[in-house]
Amino acid sequence: MRDLPHTEQQISAMLQAIGVPDLEALFDVIPEAARFRGTLDLPPALSEPELRRELQRLGRRNTVSSTLGRGASGATGGALGNQREADDEGPLPFIGAGLPRHAIPAAVDSLAARGEFATAYTPYQAEVSQGTLAAIFEFQTIVCELFGSDYANASMYDGASAAAEALLMARRLTGRPRALISAGIHPEYLQTCRSYLSGLGDDVALESLPSNAAGATDLDGLQARLARDVACVVIQTPSFFGVLEDLIPLAKAAHDHCALLVALCTEPLALGLLQAPGRAGADIVVGEGLGLAGPPSCGGPGVGLFGASGAKALRQLPGRLVGETVDVHGRTGYVLTLSTREQHIRRAKATSNICTNHGLIALRFTIHLALLGPQGLRRLAQLNLAKAVYAQRAIAALPGFAMRFPAPFFNEFAVRVPGGDAAALVAYASDQHGVVPGVALGAFDERERATLLVGISDLHRRQDIDRLVAALREASR
Amino acid sequence: MSQPLSGLLHHERPIFAYGHPGRSGASLPACDVPAVDLQALWPAALLRDQPPALPEVSEPQVVRHYTRLSQWNMSIDTAMYPLGSCTMKYNPRIADLAAGLPAFADLHPYQPEEQLQGALLLLHELEQMLKALGGFSRVTLQPAAGAHGELCGLMMIRAYHADRGQARRKVLIPDTAHGTNPATCTLNGFTALELPTSAERGVLEPETVRAALDDEVAALMITNPNTLGLFETHIVEIAEMVHRAGGLVYMDGANFNAVMGKFRPGDIGVDAMHFNLHKTFATPHGGGGPGAGPVGVSAALEPFLPIPTVERVGERLRLDYDRPRSIGRLRSFWGNFLVLLRAWVYLREHGAEGLSRVSELAVLNANYLRVQLRALLHVPHPQHCMHEVVASDRDLRPLGLSTVDLAKRLIDYGFHPPTVYFPLVVPGALMVEPTETEAPETLDAFVAALAAIVEEAHSSPDLLRSAPHLAGVGRLDEARAARKPRLRYRPDPDPETP
Repeated sequence: MRDLPHTEQQISAMLQAIGVPDLEALFDVIPEAARFRGTLDLPPALSEPELRRELQRLGRRNTVSSTLGRGASGATGGALGNQREADDEGPLPFIGAGLPRHAIPAAVDSLAARGEFATAYTPYQAEVSQGTLAAIFEFQTIVCELFGSDYANASMYDGASAAAEALLMARRLTGRPRALISAGIHPEYLQTCRSYLSGLGDDVALESLPSNAAGATDLDGLQARLARDVACVVIQTPSFFGVLEDLIPLAKAAHDHCALLVALCTEPLALGLLQAPGRAGADIVVGEGLGLAGPPSCGGPGVGLFGASGAKALRQLPGRLVGETVDVHGRTGYVLTLSTREQHIRRAKATSNICTNHGLIALRFTIHLALLGPQGLRRLAQLNLAKAVYAQRAIAALPGFAMRFPAPFFNEFAVRVPGGDAAALVAYASDQHGVVPGVALGAFDERERATLLVGISDLHRRQDIDRLVAALREASR
Repeated sequence: MSQPLSGLLHHERPIFAYGHPGRSGASLPACDVPAVDLQALWPAALLRDQPPALPEVSEPQVVRHYTRLSQWNMSIDTAMYPLGSCTMKYNPRIADLAAGLPAFADLHPYQPEEQLQGALLLLHELEQMLKALGGFSRVTLQPAAGAHGELCGLMMIRAYHADRGQARRKVLIPDTAHGTNPATCTLNGFTALELPTSAERGVLEPETVRAALDDEVAALMITNPNTLGLFETHIVEIAEMVHRAGGLVYMDGANFNAVMGKFRPGDIGVDAMHFNLHKTFATPHGGGGPGAGPVGVSAALEPFLPIPTVERVGERLRLDYDRPRSIGRLRSFWGNFLVLLRAWVYLREHGAEGLSRVSELAVLNANYLRVQLRALLHVPHPQHCMHEVVASDRDLRPLGLSTVDLAKRLIDYGFHPPTVYFPLVVPGALMVEPTETEAPETLDAFVAALAAIVEEAHSSPDLLRSAPHLAGVGRLDEARAARKPRLRYRPDPDPETP
């Protein structure tokens, strides 16, 4: 095996130095009752050229943008030596739903692929991990700026687990059990929060908040449910349905009852135009950063963003933190800090059981935001908004289509489709037109069978959107 | 202004410090649809009132900055990284290629299932391979990390007991365990009870477990091989005992690299175990994530697997969300897919024989280090080890030196330090895991460096105390970082340079 350096001669010499007769003898400590004597039922080993072919075999069974519109037997992409004909490409799927797609500059790929970043580990030994530590310090700064938060940690697994950790943190900060959750939260995030809280006894309740006609959280409904046992109110903006929430009155209502406001954002690009949740009153802000860090990657690995404000928040943050300090010569450097919150020090009393972060994806996020800068971020956000408005107006004008909720939205919106079966519409448009027009929401909520969630990206050209509109027109006839 | 000399030891400031207002490294297309008036579309309350203070730099500045930062890192690609319990082995480049393939990377998990068949087949094949390796009945690929796998496993164990109408609240954990184990218990509402391991033998004794077992015990959480690098020799008896008392057995699979093809936890009654794909199957550690922590389970826990599972029906693969007894969801989407893809590549490249060979050489390397280390440092369990060996600073303490001094001095010799001060049962521990991908001559060089350092400890101890000397920065003040937390960049109010 190419990764194993030992020659037979070296193995013999080492066995002799250890004083055992052969390699098998190294495993004599395993009691016979536990010793596996069979053959592992695994497929045969492959060389690199064979592996490439095997990857191609699997890749051909997927449909990506470059193969859309040409049946499901298209190319697997440039890296394997296939020519991709750009003009022949179908449009990217019109899907966001917690995982928006944006153009990622080549510099992000090449820098994050550097082995010095990718093959290092947790920066426990600060003096030989200054690269990773400095990059996380920058990441924390960028998240604080985007979110309008005082602090940000070194990242979580993803947005859903970050949301669950935010609920746990709110419970610690307030000493109260309950959470009120907006109806606009991503359904998978809600499920994740339920699982995370399921072990904490019968006193835990997650209660859904009612929405108003505009699809936003109903303020009166919130006021009616706030009480002294509510730890936090959780609001997603833009919501799962694409609706923008005004956090200011919601935060005020929560604060009037000494509860915290947790804001959730699965599309941080919106924050190029949208008020920073922290500045609108959110005490904890969490989100998913994969859309700005890389391609959708079948949903992972992503990067959970976690920010919080207030003097008490710092000691209750879950996960890793990097801080600035000096070395013995007085030079600036970075270290993991305030670890007494963490499991490797506090064990059963830690703020979380998380032992890692998603450093490499956080690095990609950092590099992309550094390239964009405040102006690039704003322009990219405007591009998304303009294209989404263009698509929304065209679709809303189609016979039988109607907006599920009135605006405002950012780059995603929900529409009711004629005929009432969005799933059938998606299947038809995908098969017949090579256009995936969105996500049929019936899979998440039976009551939304007629609702299609359409996600627009800067990568959708005008002709792509025109093709979407044409496909919807034809499919709904 | 005197110009400081830095040569190749450049000192890089945070990226924000290189910016100029109005500069941007963005390359964005012109807007090909009608422009919109934001003020007309959104209520004023929604509008951002100040732009985020992001860096304002060009692409060449970004490339130079992050390239320079990367050069400040020690990594597997540049040095031996014998971090115990972390299995820092070489990461094959073919896996990088695989993870970059648009056929996988460009997929959105909410595309119609027909368009995802290749990805789902890959997950199915990975599950089959992990099942075979661990002797399990099913494997969930959802967890994002080892600790996330623990969370998943204990949730399933909790659900199992609840399903049988029992509210068992205790989890037994040996004192050699990773900190994640008790932390995971707390998150599940369990109470972690620490079991002492035998100081002599370094393993959990059946009597200790027997004395702690009662009808309140939900599970035993055991790391095997353990963090002392020792195989838990009584595992079969202990597992039987726990089962007889109505409990289940969770195994922390952090050290699975030592036993592939030699020991299958599922065969001897382990009910759940997480695999650390970033350790055992060489997906890059990424400076601390992302990894992945799939969990293998026995038939008893199968009904409680998190959603979704990947099911094969004839030639077609589907995601199953309809599992009434499931513990639910642990994260968004299906798992850290591109990490899972890398592990699939590693497993397909090695095959059954290759994986056994990996474990043989990992254990060979560790034992080879063990016999050399015994002559240099105190090794509390000198007889045999699996994948890693633990030494201590016992013989350095009389010289006024400690583990941290030794670790920092290793940096000057070009090696990443081992894991320090863990496991907690060994005071001043140094936990060394060479892995199978280090050549024997590299191990010799590592031992020679340690020998030189032990020599220095007697002749010039200050060399150790003030180490590292060749790392770009000197020893950093961690106490100050915690006392005066500075956790984000702020522009210097009075910069020294114009």
